[in-house]
Amino acid sequence: MNNPYIVLPVLFQLFTAVLLLFFWFRVNTQRLITIICSLTSVGIAIWLFSEVYNNGILTMQAGEWKAPFGITFVADIFSSTMVLLTSISGMAVAIFATGSIRNARLKFGFFPILNFLLMGLHGAFLTGDIFNLYVWFEIIIIASFVLITIGGEKAQIEGAMKYVTMNLLASAIFLTAIAILYGMAGSLNMADLSGQVAQIENRGLVNVVAILFLVGFGIKSAIFPLYFWLPASYHTPPPAISAIFGGLLTKVGVYALLRIFTLIFIPDEFLSNLLIVMAALTILSGGLGAILQVNMRKIFSYLIVCHIGFMIAGLGIYTELAILGAIFYLIHDIVVKTNLFLISGLIFKLKGTLNIEKLGGIYKKYPKYALLIAISLFSLVGIPPLSGFWAKIFLIQGGYQEGQYTLIGFILLGSFLTLWVIAKLWSEVFWKESVDLPKKINVKYFSELVPFKQWVMIIPIVFLTIITLYIGLAAEHIIILSKQISYELMNPSVYIEAVLGTQIETP
Amino acid sequence: MKTIIFKTASTYLLPLLILFSVFILLRGHYLPGGGFVGGLIASIAFIIHSFANGLEKTKTIIKFHPGFLMPIGLAIALLSGAAPLLIGQSLMTGLWFDEPIAVIGMVGSALFFDTGVYLVVIGVTLTIIFTITETI
Amino acid sequence: MELLLVILIGLLYAAGIYMMLRRSMVKLILGLILLGNGANMLIFLLGRIVKGKPPIIDSAEKMFTEIYADPVPQALILTAIVISFGLQSFAIILVKRAYKITDTDDLDELNTTDEIYE
Repeated sequence: MNNPYIVLPVLFQLFTAVLLLFFWFRVNTQRLITIICSLTSVGIAIWLFSEVYNNGILTMQAGEWKAPFGITFVADIFSSTMVLLTSISGMAVAIFATGSIRNARLKFGFFPILNFLLMGLHGAFLTGDIFNLYVWFEIIIIASFVLITIGGEKAQIEGAMKYVTMNLLASAIFLTAIAILYGMAGSLNMADLSGQVAQIENRGLVNVVAILFLVGFGIKSAIFPLYFWLPASYHTPPPAISAIFGGLLTKVGVYALLRIFTLIFIPDEFLSNLLIVMAALTILSGGLGAILQVNMRKIFSYLIVCHIGFMIAGLGIYTELAILGAIFYLIHDIVVKTNLFLISGLIFKLKGTLNIEKLGGIYKKYPKYALLIAISLFSLVGIPPLSGFWAKIFLIQGGYQEGQYTLIGFILLGSFLTLWVIAKLWSEVFWKESVDLPKKINVKYFSELVPFKQWVMIIPIVFLTIITLYIGLAAEHIIILSKQISYELMNPSVYIEAVLGTQIETP
Repeated sequence: MKTIIFKTASTYLLPLLILFSVFILLRGHYLPGGGFVGGLIASIAFIIHSFANGLEKTKTIIKFHPGFLMPIGLAIALLSGAAPLLIGQSLMTGLWFDEPIAVIGMVGSALFFDTGVYLVVIGVTLTIIFTITETI
Repeated sequence: MELLLVILIGLLYAAGIYMMLRRSMVKLILGLILLGNGANMLIFLLGRIVKGKPPIIDSAEKMFTEIYADPVPQALILTAIVISFGLQSFAIILVKRAYKITDTDDLDELNTTDEIYE
């Protein structure tokens, strides 16, 4: 069904960014606009979600150029869920940033660029055109480049060098893949490509292109041999920026992988085996890396890598049940990872360090905060009935049905490693006797902040924790949603029909 | 650069190139040209001037920070792109005035979009070049 | 023509990757630029090179009956060039900042963020 208003989430973020640009130097006005506009954008995302949930797939042809010739925007249930999650995390981070980011950084345009980043994310989720996806990816990375370097400390610049290089390389590979795909199929519309690619006789070349896409998106989503830039750079910028990166940027890569490998390139045996091996090694290397680290944000960075493995495992098993698990994990992971990085920001403000060997005594001194943080930490591990548990159940069940016992072993090992890391973190940071840390001059401690700033740092964490609890305790809603998403992903004819407007025979 | 020929030429090149860039902007709908190229030509005009006379002199000509052109251009592009939404059509559908305007010809929302691009390109290019020049 | 382009694209990719594997930051940027140009040329080549056949048909006909020059690759390349212009200018400024802060051009020196105890 045609609905021209499905681009509103994208346009509204652009509108917010432009509005903020006009108030470049007035930091307090920017704070106010950010809070109001991020709340509105959640409203728009909820509208889009309910519209798609009730009416099925909505499309928009930019400039009224019919698909497959023009650029198509498609809001199916998967994209609209991702848009909703993006705007929720975006709102939490934006509100947290009004309290935690220093004025010096805000004067370099933190808020406008954050909104450009969110615009890119919304666009990437909503587009139905593969070259347009490339353009949105470029908008995302250029905004993230500015965010990661804003402030210009030594560690930030060093981390940014690695981040920038790997992302530019990934873009070049992605562009190469698009070039070959266009040469082969002569189309850029993803729904059209689905049919065109299936008819190409030179399967070898198709597989090469599929691998190019896998490498390009693999770098962005930090899969096993391509993830080394992530732990080297994600802990360097301020916590609010790490939160949006950790929560959403790698997940766009996962979204693109899920979309491309269910719609255009249906994995053959070689490709699914490759995905499974990569997933297993991603889980193992991320988990082992996290054990070794002492910086809290680096631990979380390695855990991002570890948990990306779960989603790729779901894609590798490639049954409806396994994809359901991957989608559920994706939904849970975006909320929890965003929250964890925000929490690390809160702990830094409380104590002035993130080294877990020096931290301690938070449970004794701040029992309420400790309880709040515990919910997120334990749902990351997947302690029932919290949110991480349900996703893993479906992944393991999906793997069991397909006889992927080794992969199940790796998933259990990954959960175990996560449990080990979180237990260590809990005992070191929360239960250990606190040591008196020397006061740092250049850190503004939590107790020194004005009450407004204290509140805007706590409220997003509480909000995201409530959502985590909802995902865990009302899991049946999320399961129904994920089931529908995975059904649509595994039966792309509905999507193709909605975009091209023709009846397609199901193979 | 301190050659007298270049310096004299740059004074005349500045208005000429800016005029040429507007010409390129306006012919862009059906013929080669458009906002991006026009914006680049206009910013080249200022860059040549800054090479010949120094950055300070160019800044006194522009009077405001070129970065300020970015939000203005983006706002124009956003409004012209989103205008069809108000009448229930898709994003970026071309809307045209019925009567042609003297000199310019037919005016549609594409022209406003291109003007926005033109301003953004000038703003971005000059900001980048000025930042690099200042910190050398 | 195609053969020449194929060789050129191969050279650009090879040179780009070779430059990226050097340890100098400046060569890294040069490598990325070459790689981007190679990708653009690849789009140009794979859009099929046709000379003097604009994609215009008679109003009486409904579809193309013979081969025509595809305008889409040009639009794609233009977009890619504009994007890489922005990305590369950012990367150059970043390299300059990194050189000022770390006082070295050697990428192997940029390893403090990988250390466990910073």
